[in-house]
Amino acid sequence: MAEIRNYTLNFGPQHPAAHGVLRLVLELDGEVITRADPHIGLLHRGTEKLAETKPFNQNIGYMDRLDYVSMMCNEHAYVRAIEKLIGIEAPIRAQYIRTMFDEITRILNHLLWLGAAALDIGAMSVFLYCFREREDLFDCYEAVSGARMHATYYRPGGVYRDLPDNMPQYQASKWHNEKETEQRNANRKGSLLDFITDFTERFPARIDEYEKLLTNNRIWKQRNVDIGVVSADRAKQLGFSGPMLRASGVEWDLRKMQPYAMYDKMDFDIPVGLRGDCYDRYLVRIEEMRQSNRIIRQCVRWLREHPGPVIVDDPKVAPPKRVQMKDDMEAMIHHFKLFTEGYCVPAGEAYAAVEAPKGEFGAYLISDGANKPYRLKLRAPGFPHLAAFDEMTRGHMLADGVAILSSQDIVFGEIDR
Amino acid sequence: MTSLVHTLRQRFADQLVSVTQVLEEVTVELPSQYLLDASQILRDAAEFQFDMLIDLCGVDYADYGLVQWVTEAATDEGFSRGVEQGAQQQRILDWDKPRFAVVYHLLSTTLNQRLRLRVFCEQDPLWLDSVVTIWESANWYEREAYDLYGILFRGHPDMRRLLTDYGFIGHPFRKDFPLSGQVEMRYDAKQQRVIYEPVNIEPRVLVPKVGRRDNRYLGEGE
Repeated sequence: MAEIRNYTLNFGPQHPAAHGVLRLVLELDGEVITRADPHIGLLHRGTEKLAETKPFNQNIGYMDRLDYVSMMCNEHAYVRAIEKLIGIEAPIRAQYIRTMFDEITRILNHLLWLGAAALDIGAMSVFLYCFREREDLFDCYEAVSGARMHATYYRPGGVYRDLPDNMPQYQASKWHNEKETEQRNANRKGSLLDFITDFTERFPARIDEYEKLLTNNRIWKQRNVDIGVVSADRAKQLGFSGPMLRASGVEWDLRKMQPYAMYDKMDFDIPVGLRGDCYDRYLVRIEEMRQSNRIIRQCVRWLREHPGPVIVDDPKVAPPKRVQMKDDMEAMIHHFKLFTEGYCVPAGEAYAAVEAPKGEFGAYLISDGANKPYRLKLRAPGFPHLAAFDEMTRGHMLADGVAILSSQDIVFGEIDR
Repeated sequence: MTSLVHTLRQRFADQLVSVTQVLEEVTVELPSQYLLDASQILRDAAEFQFDMLIDLCGVDYADYGLVQWVTEAATDEGFSRGVEQGAQQQRILDWDKPRFAVVYHLLSTTLNQRLRLRVFCEQDPLWLDSVVTIWESANWYEREAYDLYGILFRGHPDMRRLLTDYGFIGHPFRKDFPLSGQVEMRYDAKQQRVIYEPVNIEPRVLVPKVGRRDNRYLGEGE
């Protein structure tokens, strides 16, 4: 009788369902995965090493490019680590802005995840709807920082500038006539806060739309329910965090347990799953979007009523105002020193973590008293998740592997760093 | 938080090199031979319950406290901006401990507390005990530390490189590894394959590492 052997299948590095550059070496018994060996590092840019050669502020831009779908949350962790070491605290208005943008980022991230996860399983239309809403959130990023994705908006001691009073407008073109342009600009007449308010009013109904497409959809359930089950104990043992941990039934959220920024003032709930399968992870993320929407509304309400500074008034850390530089020698010197040499951070070490959309994103910073980090270690939430891929897929079909991978919300920018 | 420092001192007595609390973070330094025992206790004992290993990373202290210019001296000489390669580095902080360390970040979800564990690699072949049997998330983290720093972990089930290229030579995050690397890769039309060559980028310093000790920093940290 012929000997039957398992065969190995190479999945990726170029595969639409690999969510980037993942190479999976799968050992298959028929169509059942018996072992999965993810090969990562194809997007390894050595961010942590690069950071050692640049002044502290110049590294903020690198943080955006780690988890490139939740940009500001990464900045937040890094900036908090620096603030901790220098011993400064951002003004309260900056803290509210950070809270609001963290939640906008969470929605951005979950929308991409939802679209991509549905696409992996074969639901094309969800992707298009999700990107429609993402567009508005990118406009918020753009209005506040000038960039649609890689914002570099958070700075040690606050945020780069205050929220703008007007939104960029669409111009009429040969594809959009005057009347159409008028309609597209309808919710852009006021300030950024008005635009965000308008979004938060529309958004819950949009989530209902996604849910209508998926939550009770027979195919969606067949592909997700009881796939990739992780128990609470295993999830902790494997180092899970964020929605992955909560879907397994562990009530753990840094925003509640170790609050930072303004989260202790916010009224929101933490969704927790029961079974820890792909479907629970989907439900948790959907509910998180609704809760984020709630937090954004509370922040907007506060921000409307409380104008104030958004960055510390310390010229050794934060740049002086442009106007000031025009006729103040001192301000000019500060500006020059800050953007060439940077500032020296007292020797020591600090770990600052935020609840990023994917889980705990932490920055561990060692300083030896110079103007550059001595060592920066970034704790990416996706890293332990992908490390558990082998355990999660064993005994599942090949197609379920794709569902599990997308339920982990993998982004290679942060895993490979 | 302070109670954690207290319990740690009580429980481990003289096994620890030091327990400190700086910036509301507790750091424990352990001799490497106690790593496994201590980790087991930290995970299981009722007063610690560190059920998650959040992060594990290698650190290379080779250049710790060395800067390319100290501002007082630079001011005397006038600001010649360029930093010459191979120029003498100046020391602003002393370092008398071994070169390599591994830092563990632990989290207890039940008691809501964090702990940092630092273990120095004392012997020359860099060996440490693997904590994979205690926290499984250590698996990839230890592979990463091995890949980037060349620290080996005893008892690790699968000590392969993780992030670098297949066939990569060296440990790129060590301080003596150049930022631009050793080799570069290109397609050679004659040989019709991808070849590796020594890099032809001149390493240069854009912003020197500055140790500034003027009055705004005085009185801090000393």
